[in-house]
Amino acid sequence: MSFLNRNVSETQIRLKDRLWLYIFSILVLFLLIVPSLVVIPMSFSGSQYLEFPPKSFSLRWYEAYFFSSSDNGMGFNDWMGATWTSIKVAVLTIFVATPIGTMAAYGLSNSSARVRGILFPIMISPMAVPIILVAIGLFYFFVQFKMVNSITGLVLGHSLVAMPLVLIIVLSALRNYDMNQEKVARSLGASRLRAFFEITLPQIKFSIISACLISFLTSFDEVIISLFVSGGDNSTITRAMFLALRDQIDPTIAAISTVLIIISSGLLLLTQLFGDKKD
Amino acid sequence: MALIDEHVNEAVLKNLDRKENFTLFGLTVPYLFLIFFLIIIPVGWLFYMSFIGRDGSYSFENYERMVTSKSYIRIFLTTFKISFLTTLICALLGYPLTYFMSQLSRKWAGICMIGVLIPFWTSLLVRTYAWLVLLQRKGLINNIAIDLGFISEPIKFVHNTSGTLIGMAHIMLPFLILPLYANMRAIDKDCLKAAANLGATPTRAFWTVFFPLSIPGLLAGLLIVFVICLGFYVTPAVLGGGKIIMAAMKISSNIELYFSWGAASALGVVLLVVTMLILYIASKLVSIDQIGGNK
Repeated sequence: MSFLNRNVSETQIRLKDRLWLYIFSILVLFLLIVPSLVVIPMSFSGSQYLEFPPKSFSLRWYEAYFFSSSDNGMGFNDWMGATWTSIKVAVLTIFVATPIGTMAAYGLSNSSARVRGILFPIMISPMAVPIILVAIGLFYFFVQFKMVNSITGLVLGHSLVAMPLVLIIVLSALRNYDMNQEKVARSLGASRLRAFFEITLPQIKFSIISACLISFLTSFDEVIISLFVSGGDNSTITRAMFLALRDQIDPTIAAISTVLIIISSGLLLLTQLFGDKKD
Repeated sequence: MALIDEHVNEAVLKNLDRKENFTLFGLTVPYLFLIFFLIIIPVGWLFYMSFIGRDGSYSFENYERMVTSKSYIRIFLTTFKISFLTTLICALLGYPLTYFMSQLSRKWAGICMIGVLIPFWTSLLVRTYAWLVLLQRKGLINNIAIDLGFISEPIKFVHNTSGTLIGMAHIMLPFLILPLYANMRAIDKDCLKAAANLGATPTRAFWTVFFPLSIPGLLAGLLIVFVICLGFYVTPAVLGGGKIIMAAMKISSNIELYFSWGAASALGVVLLVVTMLILYIASKLVSIDQIGGNK
């Protein structure tokens, strides 16, 4: 057991003195990852009770998810309809939040420290204000303009939450980028717009792709704004799940959760891949 | 002559500068436009509504109710109690784990970081649902505990405080780890070597050198966790089973069930002021970039 006497830190601490830390940390990591994964085997259960490990296997909950009728009496459209709404809104959120956030990041990174100091806190305010207040504020605002239960309202609400994330990602990419390159292009006669699209954009494109993926995910996972400003046929999947969860433990939700886990870990993997390329 | 030329030049340059600043400001306009209409106006309106009484005139009754009504005082106490306990659990679990990660090589720390980021990006609802399934009367945890002979009767974990705390701590843990990890990584390891060199035992070196240096990251993480907990809605609503009523849930039910915008707004204003105050303190301790989850 000589490896137990190995030094593991700057202060000559030996592995055996610190074994508790290793065990504790692995346990906490286990607790972080595993609980969300138990829904995966459960979603294949054949019984209508949620038992673990499942005694029999079937695809009935996936059937319930993919082919449910629209007449479930729970105040939202069928599961698949809600999923499509979520996807539609999330894709549209990319197209609203990413350009607006990128433009603002470009403007901010080229302006003076004083302007930045004033504008930045205002721009990240959607992250700071408790989301429930954003939601009821939007609800009030959309009632005035008859935008409650509309896709437009949802997209605006979700973009509001996604924009600060885009801003932070693109700002940090631009901080590592030498703006003098654009100056060179402009001194050679390119317009500012052309200089941005031909010189800057190709160099920060991975950050922009990350920003797109994170915008999608932010919108797709958002619950509270959806709860207040969506409804009826334009319910999102998160709203439908929340309403169903409050009442009973429907195993269909295990199947939906499995699909959501696959989507978010797939996107996370993509952002990590693009993030590692470090523009 | 040369002087005059310089002045002309200066004026032109100044003009160009002004134009440039104007264009750059123009780029932020769509963003600021959305913030103005979708955050500032609605929140300003909530602020206004909080001073409107039931009869439609200006009054402080919405705020008075919060100090006098027992149910509101209980909601404040519950909100603070749950947020405080969640923060404490996160600190107790998160600090050792983050310390462990900060001691690993970058490669292994990166692998552990995936373990932190997977739950961070998994839908909040999915995780809440998973805990509901795990903790229920016939859930996995009760079954294992009974099989191992720890308990004879299932313990009630969900629809009470313990279930809410477990679910919330699981969701909030990454928010503590991310700023703390950035802070711990930046600590100069030579300081610890120096301490050891001067004869400090590993324990002493940790408590007198490493721990004090990690306090800014820890405090920032704790404040962020606490602040997010104050506004929590989904997890206590599902895992608390209607028994745990936090501020955000009361705001929502005031509107959805009682259409009482005044009461909801006043509670919202209090929540907002407390949140802003805590975030202001946190922003003095750590830069905002370290919080977003982008390593």
